[in-house]
Amino acid sequence: MIEVKDVYFTYPNNVEALKGVSLNIRKGDFVAIMGQNGAGKTTLVKHFNGLLKPTKGTVTVNGVDTREESVAKLSRGIGFVFQNPDNQLFCETVEEEVAFALRNFGFEDKIIQKRVEWAINLLGLAKHRQSSPFMLSGGERKRVALASVLAWNPDVVILDEPTIGQDYQQKEKLRQFIVQLNAQGKTVVVVTHDVEFVAECNPRVVLMAQGEIVVDGDAKHVLTNAKLVTEASIVPPQISQIFMGLTDLGLPFDIIDVYEARDILLDFLGGDL
Amino acid sequence: MSVFEGFRFRRVLSPIHQLDPRVKFLYVCAVFGIAVMFNQLLPLILLFLIQLPFVLAAGVQKEWIRSMKGASFLALMIFLFNFLFTYFYREYPIFPPSSSLLEYSLAMTLRFIVLVESFSIFFLTTSPDRLGLALEQSHVPYEFCFAFTTAVRFVPVLAEEAQTIMDAQKARGLELERGNFIKRIRNYIPILIPLIVSAIRRSLELAEAMESRAWGATNKRTNLYVLKIERGDYILAVISVGMLILAVYIWLFMREQIPSLIPLITAQNV
Repeated sequence: MIEVKDVYFTYPNNVEALKGVSLNIRKGDFVAIMGQNGAGKTTLVKHFNGLLKPTKGTVTVNGVDTREESVAKLSRGIGFVFQNPDNQLFCETVEEEVAFALRNFGFEDKIIQKRVEWAINLLGLAKHRQSSPFMLSGGERKRVALASVLAWNPDVVILDEPTIGQDYQQKEKLRQFIVQLNAQGKTVVVVTHDVEFVAECNPRVVLMAQGEIVVDGDAKHVLTNAKLVTEASIVPPQISQIFMGLTDLGLPFDIIDVYEARDILLDFLGGDL
Repeated sequence: MSVFEGFRFRRVLSPIHQLDPRVKFLYVCAVFGIAVMFNQLLPLILLFLIQLPFVLAAGVQKEWIRSMKGASFLALMIFLFNFLFTYFYREYPIFPPSSSLLEYSLAMTLRFIVLVESFSIFFLTTSPDRLGLALEQSHVPYEFCFAFTTAVRFVPVLAEEAQTIMDAQKARGLELERGNFIKRIRNYIPILIPLIVSAIRRSLELAEAMESRAWGATNKRTNLYVLKIERGDYILAVISVGMLILAVYIWLFMREQIPSLIPLITAQNV
């Protein structure tokens, strides 16, 4: 679906942000792109909808080279939710905000109404539909931004740092929501450095460092590999840290799921609940 | 955005960069004054050329050319408006338009270019810090100096933010280049509103952060660096004042004798 082939990207100020990245995202994938600040995560995903064009190499979306298509056209299939909702909210009401993209894509009024209704309900914004987006809380603004993208039902949803500034409960809701989207067949790409969030979602993990992909594998394998994790300067999830410290007891070290951990511990203690 | 590029300071060492901002400002004022005084082509061309050595000495040619390119669209508009309006106002039924009209429009355009040129040299070679210092030492209240330097310093930040906002709206299907002239201007609303809102938010946050770091606790602030007028500064000051005096003299006594260029050139060609 999205094919990245040996992509190099250099910013106008000569910062080389991507150095030979190759990646293949298939339909229905759930991918988390991780790595520390400045690793090139956001730069990479901005290539998916053509906001950035590779300096060298190619990015193709459904067989179309992103260099030959406008961002607006590519965005029809690829929804990009930016990190900071304040960078895109501008309308007087939440409804208007959600309808903005639909108007841009030239949907008919009737369909716009339906889609707006659907997206607003999906993200629990019904009671705010007539409020100004600027009056909402940070978490609500983030949800408006998400609704405004989901409204046009893109095949791929890219979320840049969706968990920043969200309280734990919101994060959990968001996680369930993303997992549900993916289960419905949407391709989901999440850019984040929130390891706990990734551990709970258990997606395919692409780990980046200094503009290169360090590893591409399942979350359990990547997040519990001490060597890889140090290389990309991230910290394993807490639950894995506990198990990494308990290997002397003969327990497995590659645990990222809390429920799995509970079962193993119960088993080890010989207890029953 | 490219016009702003021309006003963005980059840290380089050159004799021009080390000049006292106050003296450089005097120079800009002198150029400004002279440019406004004359509406003939010849003195404005001279004024334009006089400044080129400054650009070369400061080593900011690349940035300077970029700012000139940024100004070229406005310059073109100024030329067209001057030319068309004056033509229809003064000469309309007569065709072709007279050469003096052409020269007048060119002079007006060049006046604008000279102004952009001098301001661009000033901002390209003066760091915001030194500019603030200069204001402070000219007994401008510190609050105003601070507001000014902060504003200058935040221009690149805002430019970057504008880029992010543009990306975000493009990703929502906004096509800036679509539609007729009015539609294109309207296309910028989704970019301007978030930009303004976030600028206001940012300034409120900055104010709070500064208050909590005891901003304005004492009336008598001291500075680590103090500007001193040195030899180079005296030279530039003399040049500026000299240019100004000369210009005033010419304007007072020889204004009528300034030759107009186009007849001169065409006469030679014949």
